[in-house]
Amino acid sequence: MTDLSSSHGWVRTEDAKTLPPPPNTTGLTGWALQNLFNSPLNTVLTILGAAFVAWIGWGVIDWALIRGVFTGESRDACVAVPDSGACWPYVWAKFHQFIYGFYPFDQRWRVNICFVVGALALATMAIPSLPYKKWNALFLLVIYPLMTFVLLTGGDLNLSVSTLLGIVGLLLLTALVIPPLAFGIEEGIRRNRLALAFAGVAIVIWLLSLFVSMPEVAIFGSFVSISTLAIIGLLAIAAALSAAHEAFSRDASARTALLSWIGACSAVIAVLLLVDTDFGLVPVETQQWGGLLVTLVVAVTGIVASLPLGTLLSLGRRSKMPVVRMFSVVFIEVWRGVPLITVLFMASIMLPLFMPEGVNFDKLLRALVGTALFSAAYMAETVRGGLQAIPKGQYEAAQALGLSYWKLMNLIVLPQALKIVIPGIVNSFISLFKDTTLVLIIGLFDVLGIVNASFNDPKWVSPQTGTTAYFVAALMFWVFCFGMSRYSIFMERRLATGHKRRGY
Amino acid sequence: MKSTLLSLALGVGLSVAAVSAASAGTLDDVKAKGFIQCGSNTSLIGFGFPDEQNNWTGLDVDFCRALAAAIFNDPTKVKFTPLSAKERFTALQSGEVDVLSRNTTWTMSRDTSLGLKFAGVMYYDGQGFLVKKSLGVNSALKLNGASVCTQTGTTTELNLADYFKANNMTYQVVAFEKEEEVLKAYQDGRCDVYTTDQSGIYAQRLKLANPDDHVVLPEIISKEPLGPLVRQGDDAWFNVVKWTYYALINAEELGITSKNIEEMKNSANPEVARFVGKEGDFGTGIGLTNEWAAQIVKHVGNYGEIFDRNLGEGTQLKIARGKNALWNKGGLQYAPPIR
Repeated sequence: MTDLSSSHGWVRTEDAKTLPPPPNTTGLTGWALQNLFNSPLNTVLTILGAAFVAWIGWGVIDWALIRGVFTGESRDACVAVPDSGACWPYVWAKFHQFIYGFYPFDQRWRVNICFVVGALALATMAIPSLPYKKWNALFLLVIYPLMTFVLLTGGDLNLSVSTLLGIVGLLLLTALVIPPLAFGIEEGIRRNRLALAFAGVAIVIWLLSLFVSMPEVAIFGSFVSISTLAIIGLLAIAAALSAAHEAFSRDASARTALLSWIGACSAVIAVLLLVDTDFGLVPVETQQWGGLLVTLVVAVTGIVASLPLGTLLSLGRRSKMPVVRMFSVVFIEVWRGVPLITVLFMASIMLPLFMPEGVNFDKLLRALVGTALFSAAYMAETVRGGLQAIPKGQYEAAQALGLSYWKLMNLIVLPQALKIVIPGIVNSFISLFKDTTLVLIIGLFDVLGIVNASFNDPKWVSPQTGTTAYFVAALMFWVFCFGMSRYSIFMERRLATGHKRRGY
Repeated sequence: MKSTLLSLALGVGLSVAAVSAASAGTLDDVKAKGFIQCGSNTSLIGFGFPDEQNNWTGLDVDFCRALAAAIFNDPTKVKFTPLSAKERFTALQSGEVDVLSRNTTWTMSRDTSLGLKFAGVMYYDGQGFLVKKSLGVNSALKLNGASVCTQTGTTTELNLADYFKANNMTYQVVAFEKEEEVLKAYQDGRCDVYTTDQSGIYAQRLKLANPDDHVVLPEIISKEPLGPLVRQGDDAWFNVVKWTYYALINAEELGITSKNIEEMKNSANPEVARFVGKEGDFGTGIGLTNEWAAQIVKHVGNYGEIFDRNLGEGTQLKIARGKNALWNKGGLQYAPPIR
């Protein structure tokens, strides 16, 4: 038995040398044979396709590089050569406008800082292996927007006393929400009847003051009507009463609610202080912004605001509470039922007519709010698609574990749902980025707008100027949209933890 | 973003409460805030466009500068709000801008039912024709049987039909949707004549490979008077805007330019003396200083200088004065005297 091999013949003790695969199945040739020339039809299509690409590619290269004009001081350089191609000196001369718009030359370091810090923070956020994601996100979503706001506009808003009082009033009003949060709606209202009564009186006075003009008194060097003072006083009492419940209660959730209210209020006050502080920066009106700066501001604001807003709306739409559900449905359907261009027109043309003469909002702000709310409605539907894809068992299992609604959503449902809809989310982002060009029609200069404006300079207008300008604008958009698309594919693959079907 | 959204919400609430606050006259408002908010074109060759140094340049833009010079003795005290054609009237009506100087055609409906008021005509525009020099045509009346490239669905097409019918001529229309397509077709020889507003023709000509091979015919077949406008019902401000325009014309007529204004201040000519504020109290009569007109000319120049700088022979556009010459030189620009 033991000596079988030696007596009955030869048995191989090591593997045969593996032969190399047939040469026509590996390398470039193999790949081409398998994918491009594996049937007569494919061969024909490949040849036709390649010819088409070569034809277009050659056209672009010929126009942009071979026939292109690269140096010159004015249009004369571009029209001097007969049948010349792209007019590049015009792009060199105007490129700063494509990026900064009409931002003052000596203040552009502020824009540069915003670009660089934003790119760095985004890069560290986007590379999964780097640590401190939480702090990075906090910086990117809270500190960075404030920083850019102060840097780009110059800060120092000089908020009027009435605006400040209005904000204080609203903050005090939110104090009424604490008891219902802590003790549940019915119990909270029962405990806080007195405060609610005070707040009710305040609101009645406010409504009255809309129709009856009240005498004014001088405070902080400006005139404030006594009705405003009465409202603030009553609200302060209401807020103190509601807060007092929690402060003297031994209930832990009441304490938490009170603390989070105080935290939120101090955050709002800190933001107000920050934007109202004079940092010695020269104010730059948004009217002077333009080019890539405006495109990025509109797109980033829309993107950053639409994801959380849209997620909340989608949760609201699936909520069992009728008021919340109705609000979400109406909000989503109204915004989705209106084209973005109408929203922008409404913001730029109708809104000023509803306002009394002399009250104006910044045009860019109007466009920002419009695009943010618009994209939030679309985002809500995208996220809802993901929520519906989560099996009911996941909800039930989480509930069986005793998780509260928010924990259930945060820990179990949303991470899975959002992962599923990454392509949809990025799709919305990309289309939002491209939709920013619509701000052109309300007189804001995004990349496309500034390009349109710049080739009307008689110093540069020539047969090729317009074509060159549009070529550059298209390139700029393509770089950003392609970048977003590639990153989303990378994230999808990274987060693909099961349920993976063929293809990506 | 949080704070801006909040203040927006608040602003809406508070502004409703502030409806009763009536605004003083625009002139007082402008003086109080220290600059003029001028509604300008987003970009139009020769009339309002940004140059490489981010300065707005053009005929319409210079009018706002003249206004600033008259009020503040400083042509830089003006802020421009670039407006699209659709939002321009609302911006003026809502008080977002103080004056709209954005190549707007003076028509009856705009002057009356829109609640606006035109202060003058900075540029007499109208539909014109561009033909190839090689055709040897020097008048539109010789265009019988020509094929004409134009934009579809515009008044241009209708004016064209009227003109050829009135002059008993036949023509063939070659119409396109976009301005660029029209120009391309003309360039490729698909038609003999290219037609649009004359100021536009001069601008489009620069986009042709050899602009000098083409010639603009002298005939203008429609009326497009372009000028600055203000809100109705504020006569003090209207007067300031209107007389700024008249001062530009009068300065050219009196031969006062930005170069000789200092010498002219000592002129014995009573008309010039009234203009520069040596005699009479004309400036204070409209709420400005008596040097208002001299300030305009000193900083911005007279109408002729503005025209030459932005549209005239010295520029790429090379537009002839034509109807925009002074009344005593065969044009239509005419201003009442200062006295």
